[in-house]
Amino acid sequence: MTEKKTNIKELDDAVIRLSGDSGDGMQLIGTLFSDTVAFTGNDLATFPDFPAEIRAPQNTVAGVSGFQLNFGKRVYTSGDLSDVLVAMNPASLKTNLKWAKKGATIIVDEDSFDEKSIQKAGYASDPLYDGTLAAYNLIKAPMQKMALQTLKELKLDQKSILRTKNMFALGVLYYLFNKPLDHTNKFIEQKFKKNALVAEANKLVLLAGYNFADTIEAIQSTIQISRSKLPKGKYRNITGNIATAWGLIAAAEKAGLPLFLGSYPITPATEILMELAKHRNLGVKTFQAEDEIAGVSSAIGASFAGAMACTTTSGPGLSLKLEALGLAVITELPLVVVDVQRGGPSTGLPTKSEQADLLQALFGRNGEAPMIVIAASSPVDCFYAAFETARYSLEHMTPAILLTDGYIGFGSELFLIPQMADIPEIKPPLAKPNTPFKPYARDPETLVRQWAIPGAEGLRHRIGGLEKTDIEGQVSTDPLNHEKMVKYRAEKVKRIAKRLPKQDIFGDPEGDLLVVSWGGTKGSVHTAVEFMQSEGKKVSHAHFRYINPLPENTLEVLSGFKKILVCELNMGQFVQYLRMNFPQIPYIQYNKVQGLPFTITELTEKFNEILMEK
Amino acid sequence: MKPIINTIERSPIQLTAEDFKSDQMVKWCPGCGDHAILKAVEKVLPEIGYKKENFAFISGIGCSSRFPYYVHTYGFHGIHGRANAIASGVKIAKPGLSVWIITGDGDAMAIGGNHFIHLIRRNIDVNLLLFNNQIYGLTKGQYSPTSPLGSHTKTSPYGTIEHPFNPGELVLGSQGTFFARGLDMNPKLLTEIMFEAAKHDGTSVVEVLQNCVIFNDGAYNFLTDKEKRDERIIILRHGEPMVFGKEKNKGIRLNGTRLEVVSLGEGGITESDLLVHDQYSKDPGIHLMLAKMSFPDFPVALGVIRSAQFPTYDDLMEEQIAQIKARSPIKCMDDLLNSGETWEVE
Repeated sequence: MTEKKTNIKELDDAVIRLSGDSGDGMQLIGTLFSDTVAFTGNDLATFPDFPAEIRAPQNTVAGVSGFQLNFGKRVYTSGDLSDVLVAMNPASLKTNLKWAKKGATIIVDEDSFDEKSIQKAGYASDPLYDGTLAAYNLIKAPMQKMALQTLKELKLDQKSILRTKNMFALGVLYYLFNKPLDHTNKFIEQKFKKNALVAEANKLVLLAGYNFADTIEAIQSTIQISRSKLPKGKYRNITGNIATAWGLIAAAEKAGLPLFLGSYPITPATEILMELAKHRNLGVKTFQAEDEIAGVSSAIGASFAGAMACTTTSGPGLSLKLEALGLAVITELPLVVVDVQRGGPSTGLPTKSEQADLLQALFGRNGEAPMIVIAASSPVDCFYAAFETARYSLEHMTPAILLTDGYIGFGSELFLIPQMADIPEIKPPLAKPNTPFKPYARDPETLVRQWAIPGAEGLRHRIGGLEKTDIEGQVSTDPLNHEKMVKYRAEKVKRIAKRLPKQDIFGDPEGDLLVVSWGGTKGSVHTAVEFMQSEGKKVSHAHFRYINPLPENTLEVLSGFKKILVCELNMGQFVQYLRMNFPQIPYIQYNKVQGLPFTITELTEKFNEILMEK
Repeated sequence: MKPIINTIERSPIQLTAEDFKSDQMVKWCPGCGDHAILKAVEKVLPEIGYKKENFAFISGIGCSSRFPYYVHTYGFHGIHGRANAIASGVKIAKPGLSVWIITGDGDAMAIGGNHFIHLIRRNIDVNLLLFNNQIYGLTKGQYSPTSPLGSHTKTSPYGTIEHPFNPGELVLGSQGTFFARGLDMNPKLLTEIMFEAAKHDGTSVVEVLQNCVIFNDGAYNFLTDKEKRDERIIILRHGEPMVFGKEKNKGIRLNGTRLEVVSLGEGGITESDLLVHDQYSKDPGIHLMLAKMSFPDFPVALGVIRSAQFPTYDDLMEEQIAQIKARSPIKCMDDLLNSGETWEVE
């Protein structure tokens, strides 16, 4: 490598956005860049942004695939606007320029800006020369020519050579951020173990990109991002969906039960099924059912048979499962349902994120059928939230829904690896063989019934979807018995609140404004509130993970502020639920339904606006 | 009967029908064919010989689906159409159970049609008793997917205009490994068939032609009529030539690619010309033809039509887990958490 330029800018954090055609390998270089920055001591959060089409027509706006990464000292989201944008073709520039800060560095593959591609992207003239990018620091890299030049000695076909152009872009980024190449080189060697020629080509082009950046005038200075101040320990990078899968495995291990997943592929939840399918090594039984209904029904059967049973899905799939969830409620069997929310209604925006399944999760069943509802707040929190959802479901013998969303499901952040010894045991109320057993006899404190597993001696019994008598569990249409059982089931879920941690407040417990959020928006809302506080404003934040039941001190938390603003990526579902539970509080709501997360800028603008209103 | 060999734990003592009688009042209509099926089940469970705690009865919705309440085993009364999916979960989660699905023509082939074909395709080792009365009983008399074309019912006052399923055809079309047909009025044969179903590794579908005394009474009179039934039914037995008729003078033979009814002694036809039943044949060709035989052109086939050996889903699952466990370095959650790329922050 050549000598570094001496001019180095120090920054706390930076956002980069990589964009290209969906076959250009943007997700791959995004992951490689993430690994390198993590290894070199930065905190990070990522989010891939890809189209629903696997390979939309080349060079069209529909086919643009993106990957955003925020890294630095301490980050809570994948960032709003980018400091550096990589655009591998005109279409990706067209779709992503709005996500770049004014003055951002734009790195383009100049070779892809031919007349046809420019036209396909919807530009009237060449944006590299018509002044479109006047306000930015443009780096025009002839990536394809350089790759061909670099690899002219290698016996590789042109198509294979051109596929290495993503490595060229990555090389430029490494130079720009003063990052080493060795981690990526190692990865390449590993990945192409069986094809030394391709490995060599990728490494050479990576280095060529690095050297190119060093040589050109456009890069006046490089950037040094401050090392993170993360707590000590062993870390890994993890996406929310993988964390969810792992949280479920961890729960099964702590409960001493086999893990069963009945599921049907659906974006953006499929990764959980794929991850769990890998873990036959831990005895995980995944059953790819014929449909969503069979997914949940098989899980209910597995739960009856004594497994820790789960089903995973996204919004439309949850709609299909609702009838079966009522069955799990009335049979009082544990069951974990994961809903990785996406934009709806109907097929809606399959690859985009929304929080609009909350009311479906809370109330979407016939009859009085309350379920535990927990919402994960970040990719890493998916691990703990999945674990807790399973724990409460198993220990309280009632089905539970975990809400995550596409944004945190696909997004990644650094995960301080826990030790299983530090994670609490899960103690499902298993009935002992050959002891007196009544299907609907309850623990007087928790109202939880016992779980008698088929095969166990002396516990034969029948349960099902018809209402049953209290204690004995005989089929019954007795009016008073029905009302009693309805109340038991509701009260059982309600009493879980006694075990939940108190709702905490970030900031003072009193002030001018309390910002309320739930689920996957935690990172952006937290960052925005932190910014307000740094400006001396009396703004606090309450982020809810436990939706049903709500923490016992919820009313108290909501009572200490002049104004309450509930921010959600829907039309106001949580605020509606709060109004129902605590009608005495006046709420203001802030809603966004664009399939996109909140940006910190729009949040702080809203907070300021609310603070100014009389 | 040959004993059953598999891994389900057996009862150390000989059980009797009393061990499986429930304390519940059986609320089917007097004269309903379901009573006879219940009796046959109570009789066969002790013969099968598993520990009484190792039986699980799973049902959907319909008259037949009340069955789990009436037999003293572990039982689960599900929701409409989903018995097959629920039972799949039970068996996969706990392969040491003998799982019995109780379903009807509507439950299995209308609202639960998708689960029915996929259960069979996967060959999960469960036993499915399909009570086929060609009508919806619990909802009081609407036509079902097996009601004959033109059936007059409460939702088809001018006759149905849809073609019925033949369950056997659907089972074999779904790559079924076991299909048998019984009649509620012939409990002895029913018990034999259920035993064979229990013995078979894989999804065993037993279609029971069952009379609904209220909404479709007499649908199978043509098969139960004492005078005529022997001419209209053929009971298949493995290894035996296909003979039927009161005088045992009729038979089934293969003529070219089709089955035909022949009379023994006429035109020089002897027993050696008849088809010999091979229930274990892997090729389903003849089984399909036998399952499709219908009155009046043919006698209706009862007994075990097909019982072919193929790997079961639950066995393959257990094998795969054992193999992957043996070769994976990841033995517990801590191993998984610490696998792959990790680094220390000081």
